[in-house]
Amino acid sequence: MKIRDLSLAEFRARLGGDGIRLATGPFNCRLQSGIPELADELARLYAHHPLIDDKPFIDFHVGVQPGHGLRRWIAPQARFIVDAVEPFTPLPRGQALPMLEWGLNWCVTAYCHHILVIHAASVARGKHAAILPAPPGSGKSTLCAALVNRGWRLLSDELTLIRLDTGQIMGLARPVNLKNASIDIIRAYAPDAFLTRPILDTTKGTVALMAPTQASVEAVGEWADPAWMVLPRYRAGSDATLTPMGSGTAFMQLADNAMNYHVLGARGFKAVGDIIDRTRNYSFEYSRLDDAIAVFDHLAAEGMAE
Amino acid sequence: MNLLIEAYRQPESIRRLGTADWDLLVRQARHANLVGRLFLRLQSAGVEADIPEQPHNHLLSGAVMASEQRHAIRREACFLREALKPAGITVILLKGAAYVAAGLPAAQGRLFSDVDILLPKERLGDAESALMLKGWASTATDDYDQRYYRRWMHELPAMRHVFRGSALDVHHTILPPTARLKPDARLLIEASVALPDLPGVHTLSLPDLILHSASHLFHEGEPDNLLRDLTDLDLLLRHLARDDTAWDGLLERAVQLQLSGPLRLALRYCHRLLGTPLPERIAARSRCLADTGIVQHMLDGIYARVLCPQHPSTADRFTPLARRSLYIRAHWLRMPPLLLAYHLAHKAIFPPKQETHPLSTEQQG
Repeated sequence: MKIRDLSLAEFRARLGGDGIRLATGPFNCRLQSGIPELADELARLYAHHPLIDDKPFIDFHVGVQPGHGLRRWIAPQARFIVDAVEPFTPLPRGQALPMLEWGLNWCVTAYCHHILVIHAASVARGKHAAILPAPPGSGKSTLCAALVNRGWRLLSDELTLIRLDTGQIMGLARPVNLKNASIDIIRAYAPDAFLTRPILDTTKGTVALMAPTQASVEAVGEWADPAWMVLPRYRAGSDATLTPMGSGTAFMQLADNAMNYHVLGARGFKAVGDIIDRTRNYSFEYSRLDDAIAVFDHLAAEGMAE
Repeated sequence: MNLLIEAYRQPESIRRLGTADWDLLVRQARHANLVGRLFLRLQSAGVEADIPEQPHNHLLSGAVMASEQRHAIRREACFLREALKPAGITVILLKGAAYVAAGLPAAQGRLFSDVDILLPKERLGDAESALMLKGWASTATDDYDQRYYRRWMHELPAMRHVFRGSALDVHHTILPPTARLKPDARLLIEASVALPDLPGVHTLSLPDLILHSASHLFHEGEPDNLLRDLTDLDLLLRHLARDDTAWDGLLERAVQLQLSGPLRLALRYCHRLLGTPLPERIAARSRCLADTGIVQHMLDGIYARVLCPQHPSTADRFTPLARRSLYIRAHWLRMPPLLLAYHLAHKAIFPPKQETHPLSTEQQG
């Protein structure tokens, strides 16, 4: 059964009660919230995700709850809670939905050291995946969202999960976090995609979440092989240009963005090295999304031909 | 339902756990800061293959995190040695950092947030200057806290290294000077032992590490890490027990340091909750298993509820009372009544800010 098979009333009741139990790639999550107004958008973001059976193992028991006491009424708050612990400062109530997303990301980075976790988007064509590590503001999520709406499969927008045994990428297929100008760009570029209302004044500026495509969610269990590491940079007016990157530089790019590189020690070093041995590495400058997609499609065609 | 202690005591018992039990076990272990230690315990008992994949990922992650900390702590000990060398002060490691540096079993799967060192009280000023020269800075938040620590406490306000972010507690003794028990820190320093593979770095001797751990545990007012600390004691005691005569030395040392009381409670709860082996003559001599007196019954009632994972699944209706009693008891033991009243009044009027952090994945790593 999928989330979309629940009526909104049922979804809302479960969310406010014992929680929605759903699978996002390798992780089972239980989501609870006493903030009913986020139910509608949350249900649409996760529409294609499978509900999981009665009492399976849950990796992350998380919730966003309203503030205590007067904080329900005066400057209302949202609190992120993971299994009865509140690790973060509350945010304004209107930011409950992104808070839930960021909190889930935090759970992965805090609790999962059986895999290498890279702060990067990743998308796949067939078995081949491109890893897009990049600092905020580089247009990583915009490019990722565009690719996903043009035939690429979303593995993850924010956290790329690498298995230490096989070096494969495990998909998460959770919502894409769009910021500021990229929200309208993606709305225009992919009118069929579901985006939440823009949420103003977060620490990342205005954000909106884009639902992953149905195909991405349904194929999330198919692990992909890293084939390309592409460091994107949006520059207004530029032509889409791929520039090969030396493997030393590429190694450092991945290592710098690996959230648990230092925790994994020698295993982290080996894991990053193994990825770089398998990937073709580029820096990539772009401004027009169609041109950027054409470059990626060309990479994919080369990959298939091999 | 306390699955954690059961799994820790009887690793083979995990073969009977269902999926929902595993879910709860991982949560309890996380709340007790024992994820990594539980994994190593199960692994060394030969039951790792019986852990289903998902909980295995979580438990393994805890162990991976702890093993990374071991490197960080040993490196930090070397930085401290270099920082304090010009002042002619020897680094004496306490608690978790000592377990790690000395390679004791109590280091297994241990997660901790700071390094603790001990030095003579008269060298405190020199040490603080030497540390500040090398980048450690005081984190005390306000003037009251600064005064409180310097006047009444057994340690400086916590320090943090400005570049590495590593936290440091500098102690001049192991209990506040205002506490009813007054162990002589000079005896601890004299008996400290050099580490062969970290020249210039010392730790407390094994009996003193045990006594420090026991006195810390039974003066602590916050329950969150008590079970973790009890497993430290369990591992330390089992290590000590390699030499049967060391037990008698431990009891004598406790008398010398005025710490027989905390040791008695440590032996009692280690043996009862974790099954720590205890020679009969030691149980008899310390009277640690005796069930006499109303005070002992009250303590048993409190510690039964705080020496367990502080997770909703292990709480009963007396848990809030037990937690409150623990807090009051800890302050009672550490301060004379008037000072206690003044301190609690100040904290009630100016409550400390909650230690939470802004939510961002981008600041990690």
